[in-house]
Amino acid sequence: MTAMIDISNAEKTFTMHLQGGIELPVVRGVSFHVEPGECVVLSGPSGAGKSSILKMIFGNYRCDGGRIGIRHQGTVIDLATAEPRQVLSVRRSTIGYVSQFLRAVPRVATLDVVAEPLIVNGTARAEAREKAGALLRRLNIPERLWALPPSTFSGGEQQRVNIARGFISDLPILLLDEPTASLDAANGAVVVELINQKKCQGVAMVAIVHDDEIRHLIADRIVDVTSFAAAA
Amino acid sequence: MVESKNPAQDDQPLLVAENLAKNYGRLTACRDVSFALYPSEVLAVVGESGSGKSTLLQLLSAQLAPSAGRVSYRMRDGVLRDLAALGEAERRFLFRTDWGFVHQDPAQGLRMAVSAGANVGERLMAVGWNHYGRIRDTASSWLERVEIDVDRIDDAPRTYSGGMRQRLQIARNLVTEPRLVFMDEPTGGLDVSVQARLLDLMRNLVSELGLAAIVVTHDLAVARLLSHRVMVMKGGRVIETGLTDQVLDDPREPYTQLLVSSILPA
Amino acid sequence: MNAPAYNFAYLDEQTKRMIRRAILKAIAIPGYQVPFASREMPMPYGWGTGGVQVTAAILGPEDVLKVIDQGSDDTTNAISIRKFFGKTAGVATTTSTADATVIQTRHRIPEAPLHGGQILVYQVPIPEPLRFLEPRETETRRMHALGEYGLMHVKLYEDIARFGHIATSYAYPVKVNARYVMDPSPTPKFDNPKMDNCPALQLFGAGREKRIYAIPPHTTVVSLDFEDHPFTRYRFDAPCALCGADDSYLDEIVTDDKGGRMFVCSDTDYCESRQAAGHRGSESVAPHKERAHG
Repeated sequence: MTAMIDISNAEKTFTMHLQGGIELPVVRGVSFHVEPGECVVLSGPSGAGKSSILKMIFGNYRCDGGRIGIRHQGTVIDLATAEPRQVLSVRRSTIGYVSQFLRAVPRVATLDVVAEPLIVNGTARAEAREKAGALLRRLNIPERLWALPPSTFSGGEQQRVNIARGFISDLPILLLDEPTASLDAANGAVVVELINQKKCQGVAMVAIVHDDEIRHLIADRIVDVTSFAAAA
Repeated sequence: MVESKNPAQDDQPLLVAENLAKNYGRLTACRDVSFALYPSEVLAVVGESGSGKSTLLQLLSAQLAPSAGRVSYRMRDGVLRDLAALGEAERRFLFRTDWGFVHQDPAQGLRMAVSAGANVGERLMAVGWNHYGRIRDTASSWLERVEIDVDRIDDAPRTYSGGMRQRLQIARNLVTEPRLVFMDEPTGGLDVSVQARLLDLMRNLVSELGLAAIVVTHDLAVARLLSHRVMVMKGGRVIETGLTDQVLDDPREPYTQLLVSSILPA
Repeated sequence: MNAPAYNFAYLDEQTKRMIRRAILKAIAIPGYQVPFASREMPMPYGWGTGGVQVTAAILGPEDVLKVIDQGSDDTTNAISIRKFFGKTAGVATTTSTADATVIQTRHRIPEAPLHGGQILVYQVPIPEPLRFLEPRETETRRMHALGEYGLMHVKLYEDIARFGHIATSYAYPVKVNARYVMDPSPTPKFDNPKMDNCPALQLFGAGREKRIYAIPPHTTVVSLDFEDHPFTRYRFDAPCALCGADDSYLDEIVTDDKGGRMFVCSDTDYCESRQAAGHRGSESVAPHKERAHG
């Protein structure tokens, strides 16, 4: 398999025990694949399950059935049935995730938030911080903010910090949940540039984008999630 | 995370629990607990009072003998040993060198009447360090690392605040570079701002030193901040286990969903 | 009225057997505290009942007994104990260290070197060297059993941190036969080196705490210390004012109410022997500063 991601028949249902055990099917029969260097955009109305699919690929949401094949360090592992350690290993060296809302550890300086993925993988702190600074500069976060924790930033600034953190390492798979949602045109353009750069480097990406223009700029393929909608 | 000192051993579990159970007469404190902990992994054990989590910690750290099942630990030479088969001297030595135990009440884990420097240096002296200058220097550097003013090295912990005492307890435990640290509600009873600072410190130390840790807590926020994996306990059993973000974001069991929904939003 | 008849050396023979067994065990395990069934003696706890019981158990009719208290043969306690054995055992007594076969001492080791065949019996108040750091008896027993003596070094560390040097000046802990850490009783640390490789048998009796321990002849006894703060004997800067000895432990004696004092040997027998041999010191010398050297 050359694909970095190969999902077949994945499904997910929430069981809300606190509400009397109501079952909320989210998605069913999800199947698609993503090759290196291509960006697949998931489209569909809100509530259709796009974020859930992304979270399942990352291992944040558990998968109730089917298979999520990930090419990790030369072999293919099924994330749906992987051991927790394996998922951690996959997150460390294969899949990066830029969530829709920044969920940073409180009280950590922005520069360190962005540098952390590199440090965790063994890069020296000084070098990691330099790279973090370069990326933040590119995303127009001024240097005077680098020592502050991002919790006080505006939504758009937080998102750019999130993007920097997601883009800083050389992971072969990136999952992007609304990367440009709160950004103005100029910053949105920077993000598109970054995405295209990653594509050239052979990174496989799955993204959720609402803005049509951005979508056209980055998508190689569009997967319509409504076809996976589970019957209510 | 620091580059592993022994990559070959990282694939081997550090601590293995198999079908652990503890009964007191007809009262079952905990049962059917099985898991494997790997180097540099942090496992949180969450549950409310009476869930059996504290008993489990005592079983895992060989302070209680199990009624059933077994706990095994991989020693520094790579051999996996059943803790029940260790001699008392061996177990005490392990407790002082390769393991750490952070108590909820720092007074239980410190010598309150003895200076901070001596508290941190004691483990070193217990393994044969015999040079006052070197012991003191090592103690000083550890105080710095846990953000205690080095000028306080000769003060007894009786003169310290609660947060400082807890940080001193951590330094005392980490000075022999243990591979596994047990923590029992490490932030319980502290003021919220003090808790936050302590958690940040613990998070950094765990990642810098590549520590494996088992953290018992009733606070899900602590679990989310510190741990990679979490086990949810209720009535003495593990009712759900998995990656921390998985269990907290996508809880499956009714009890877990109840716990998660009970957290006050930030 | 008939005077009460005592068994030889006051104790009954069964008690002596019990104490001797404890002594043998103590000798077999140098430095280890052997519990024993301490008896009610005709002096209160804290007045040397342990030492007296050990002496009573080993005394024979041919023995020559010397009793000293802080080095002196003529303090009240030394005299009382000597009279006690004089009355209950009828043994010969002496003030001469060289002539004695059994020497019972409170808190000092005689200056004159001991020889093989002599027994030195120490009076011990608190036998457990770790007691003030670890109040639990269960814990200290375990520490001795497992050889876990890190805590002892904690005490020394604390001294250096607080005073700049190891401030323990008496009851300075030692390691016996490279195994057990022992409290030598409140003898000044000046005396510690005398315990090492001593030709005489050293017995320690604690009556209130009910422990006996021993150092067999020619056993290694090492004072605990740090590499960079090695054990030093405390030496006085001036010789004895009466006999001129510069190698003995001195007592400070106040001579008047204007601050006049002089330093004389604590070991009275040693001082008198030296004076008898013609040595003289200068009396009533001005106060000297004491300093420690090797």
